[in-house]
Amino acid sequence: MSMRTPLKNVRHLGSAKEGADHFWLQRVTAVANLVLGLFLVWLIASLAGADYETVKATLANPINAILLLMLVISSTIHMRLGMQVVIEDYVHQESSKILLLLLNNFFAILVGAACVWAILKLSFA
Amino acid sequence: MSDVRAAAGNANRPMSPHLQVYRPLINMVMSILHRMTGVALYFGFILLAWWLTAAAVGADYFNYVNGIFGSLLGKVVMFGFTWALLHHMMGGIRHFIWDTCRGLDIGSVKMLSFMTGFVSVIGTLLIWAAVGFAG
Repeated sequence: MSMRTPLKNVRHLGSAKEGADHFWLQRVTAVANLVLGLFLVWLIASLAGADYETVKATLANPINAILLLMLVISSTIHMRLGMQVVIEDYVHQESSKILLLLLNNFFAILVGAACVWAILKLSFA
Repeated sequence: MSDVRAAAGNANRPMSPHLQVYRPLINMVMSILHRMTGVALYFGFILLAWWLTAAAVGADYFNYVNGIFGSLLGKVVMFGFTWALLHHMMGGIRHFIWDTCRGLDIGSVKMLSFMTGFVSVIGTLLIWAAVGFAG
């Protein structure tokens, strides 16, 4: 016998009140990172030993810049979700946990913003 | 809590088995490495942000930062970064397969775990061979 009300099923949210969003977003960004991560490896490998003008021109190339922007957005979301799980697994003291989860959000946004600023500046300079 | 145990006379009862009592199994090692490489990549993202912002700031600062990445220590770190990225990617593919409820028998679990380690190491070596360890 199910204890769930029909409304609960319609909302398809579990006890965490957010359903499988965390799990699903982690998988969606993982698929994106798989493709974009290989692009990053190729990009950096192709720029090994290159001079500044070459690096600047390569990063300002529209295709490279857009792919890099997508990589930065997708991977900062992915790593924020991943670190959240790590913190929740190992930190059980409530105040430390909340502080670390807060820092996790800020860190992901900070490095993401720095990368986005750099890519846009290189693109529009 | 300890008072309760002592009062119950069970202070020395066995603990639930944990990491240190298990013989390392390949799927366990790859699972731990998946999390460790994830955490490493998390902090390693600072390096990408540093390199990109250096390129955006200007030639002098970029050359300074590129010099650090090109040093022996810088190359060791970048080599580790390459392996961590590939290992986490291969672990991710393994998890995608498991997410579809496939490959969950013991033989497949062992094989997929072995492949995670194998492909990440071989892939890292191939990438660095292609770029040139000296480059």
